[in-house]
Amino acid sequence: MQNLINWIDARIPMSRVWNMHLAQYPAPKNFNFWYFFGFIATVVLVNQIVTGVWLTMSYNPSAEGAFASVEYIMRDVEYGYILRYMHSTGASAFFFVVYMHMFRGMIYGSYQKPRELLWLFGMFIYLALMAEAFMGYLLPWGQMSFWGAQVIISLFGAIPVIGDDITLWIRGDYVISGITLNRFFALHVIALPLVLVILVFLHIVALHEVGSNNPEGIDTKKKKGSIAEEDKPKFKFHEYYTSKKDIVDSIPFFPYVVLKDLVAFTIFMMAFAYIMFFMPEGGGMFLEPPNFEPANPLKTPAHIAPVWYFTPFYAILRAVPDKLGGTILMFAAIILLALLPWIDRGKVRSWRYRCQAHKLNLIMFAVSFVVLGKLGLGVADDLNKLLSRIFTFLYFLFFGLLWLYSGNEKTKPVPERIK
Amino acid sequence: MSNAPVNKGRRRFLTAATSVVGAAGVVGAAVPFIASWNPSAKAKSAGAPVEVDISKLEPGQMIRVKWRGKPVWVISRTPKMLAELDGLADKLRDPNSEEEQQPGFAKNIHRSRKKEVFVAVGICTHLGCSPLFLPTTFSDNMEGVDSGFFCPCHGSVFDMAGRVFQGVPAPKNLQIPPYRFVNDTTVIVGELEEGEA
Repeated sequence: MQNLINWIDARIPMSRVWNMHLAQYPAPKNFNFWYFFGFIATVVLVNQIVTGVWLTMSYNPSAEGAFASVEYIMRDVEYGYILRYMHSTGASAFFFVVYMHMFRGMIYGSYQKPRELLWLFGMFIYLALMAEAFMGYLLPWGQMSFWGAQVIISLFGAIPVIGDDITLWIRGDYVISGITLNRFFALHVIALPLVLVILVFLHIVALHEVGSNNPEGIDTKKKKGSIAEEDKPKFKFHEYYTSKKDIVDSIPFFPYVVLKDLVAFTIFMMAFAYIMFFMPEGGGMFLEPPNFEPANPLKTPAHIAPVWYFTPFYAILRAVPDKLGGTILMFAAIILLALLPWIDRGKVRSWRYRCQAHKLNLIMFAVSFVVLGKLGLGVADDLNKLLSRIFTFLYFLFFGLLWLYSGNEKTKPVPERIK
Repeated sequence: MSNAPVNKGRRRFLTAATSVVGAAGVVGAAVPFIASWNPSAKAKSAGAPVEVDISKLEPGQMIRVKWRGKPVWVISRTPKMLAELDGLADKLRDPNSEEEQQPGFAKNIHRSRKKEVFVAVGICTHLGCSPLFLPTTFSDNMEGVDSGFFCPCHGSVFDMAGRVFQGVPAPKNLQIPPYRFVNDTTVIVGELEEGEA
C-alpha cells in the first residue's frame, strides 16, 4: 500500500494535497452550527450534479416534448420521480443553505479583510446559482416555466435603446419558444455547472489561503514567533501554514471538523428526505401549481410568482412603479451585498464585539429579506406594494447605516485568543 | 541563448502587435458564437403575417390570433367604448401615443386604422403577461370607466385604445402591430402594405 502511495506521490501530489487541505489544515476550534452550511452546500451541489445527469438521460429538450418527458420521468421511469424530486428539492435546499451560509458571513464579518475575494467568489457562486435555477425552471415547460421566464427576460427590455434587441437575442425568437428552451438547457446542464464548479474550487482555494474566520471574529493565525511552543495546539499542521504564521486555537479539518459536519449532514438529510418524500412540491413553494399545466403562450396564469428563493428580489422589482428603476434596484440589491467588504468600514468582525446598532441593523436586514420574500409570493395589491416599498427601503437602509456607523464605531474589547 | 543585446523597442512592438492580432482573432472567433443566438431563418419565417376574418365579430367582442407567438387582439368597439376614450387624457400616462408603441397610422386617439376595429398585441408592457379584456366590469379597476384591460399579474390597467393609466407598473401603452385591411372583413396582421412583412 505504502509503495502504491509513494508511486503516485512521485507523479501527482496526492499526499501533499490531502495533508495541506484536509488532515493538516487548521480550522478554528470554536466553530458553531453556522459553520455547517458550507459543507452541506457542497453535498447539495454533488446531489444536483448527479441527479441532473440522470434526469438528462430521460429529458427531451424541445417545446413539443419537454413537458411530456418530465411526466414520463415522473410516471414511467423507474425511480424517476425520486430523481426529479431530489433535483427540485435540492434546488430549494441549495438556496436555503446558501442564504444561511451568507448570513453567517455577515454576522461574523467573514467578508472583511483579508477575505474580500473569498466573499466575492461566493457572490459569483450565488449569481451562477440564480442563473442556474432560473434556466432550470424553464425546462419542465409548464405554465410557470414559460411565464416566469417571460417576466425575467423582459427585464432586459428595460435597458434603454438596445433592450428589445437584447431580449430578442436571448430568446432567439420573437417569443419564448423551443429555441429558447434548447439554449437554456445547454446552459443549465453544461455551461453553468462548469462555471459553478470552477467558482467553488476558487472559493475553497481562497478560503484555504486566508483561513477560516470564526464566531469570535479573531485571527487564529498569529505573527510568526509570537506564540510560545506550549501555547500552540498539540496537532500537526502543514508547514505551508506554520512556516508563515503561528497557528493557535485550531484543530485539523480532518477528521475533527468533518466528523462534526457529518452530524449536521445527517440531520440535514433527514429534513431533506422528509421534504422529498412527504412534501416535494413544498405546498406550491418548490414546484408551483401552474407548472403542472403545459406552457401556453396565449394564456397568462392568474398570478405569477417566482419560486420562493427569488421572491425577495421580485418584491423589490414590484415595489417600484417604473420598470427600469425596478430592474436597477433589484440588481443593486445583489450588487450591494457583493460590495459589503467595502461598505463595512469596521475593523472588528464578529457582531459579538460590535456596537448594539450593528446587531439591530443585521436583524432588521434579515427581517426585511424574509418579509420581502413573503411579499414577493403574494398578489401585488395596494397593501402589498406599500409594505414592499417600506421593506425595500429598510433593506437598502441596512447598507447606508452600516457605512455610516462603521466608520467610527464604539466596539467592545476583542479578546486576543479563543477561550 | 545568444548574447546579442536585447532590442527592447522591437520586443515591445512584437508583443503589442501579437496582442492586437490575437485580440482581433478573439473578436472574430466570438462572432459565430454570439450571432448564433439571433433568431434563425426558420424562426424569422415563422414570424410571417396572419390573416384574420372579422366578418363574424360582433360589437363588444374580441378575437385572439397568434402572430409571432404573441396573442393579438382584434376587438370590435361599441360606440359607447369609443365615447369613453375622449375624457380620459388626464388619467393616462401617454394619452397622445408619443412613445413609439404603434405604427404611424395608429398615432391617434383611438390608436387604430378604423375607429371601430381595435388591433393590439395583448401583452402587458410591464412584464409580458396577457391582460384581461373587461368589456363591462372594468369600473372595479378604474372608477368611472366601464370597459378596458386589466393585467392580473401586477395590476396594470389600460383603456379601450390600449393606453396605460397612471400609477400602475406598466410603463407604456399596449403595442399596436403593423396591420392592414384587405377588405372590410379581412385584416392582415404583420403587414403595413401589401407584400411587406
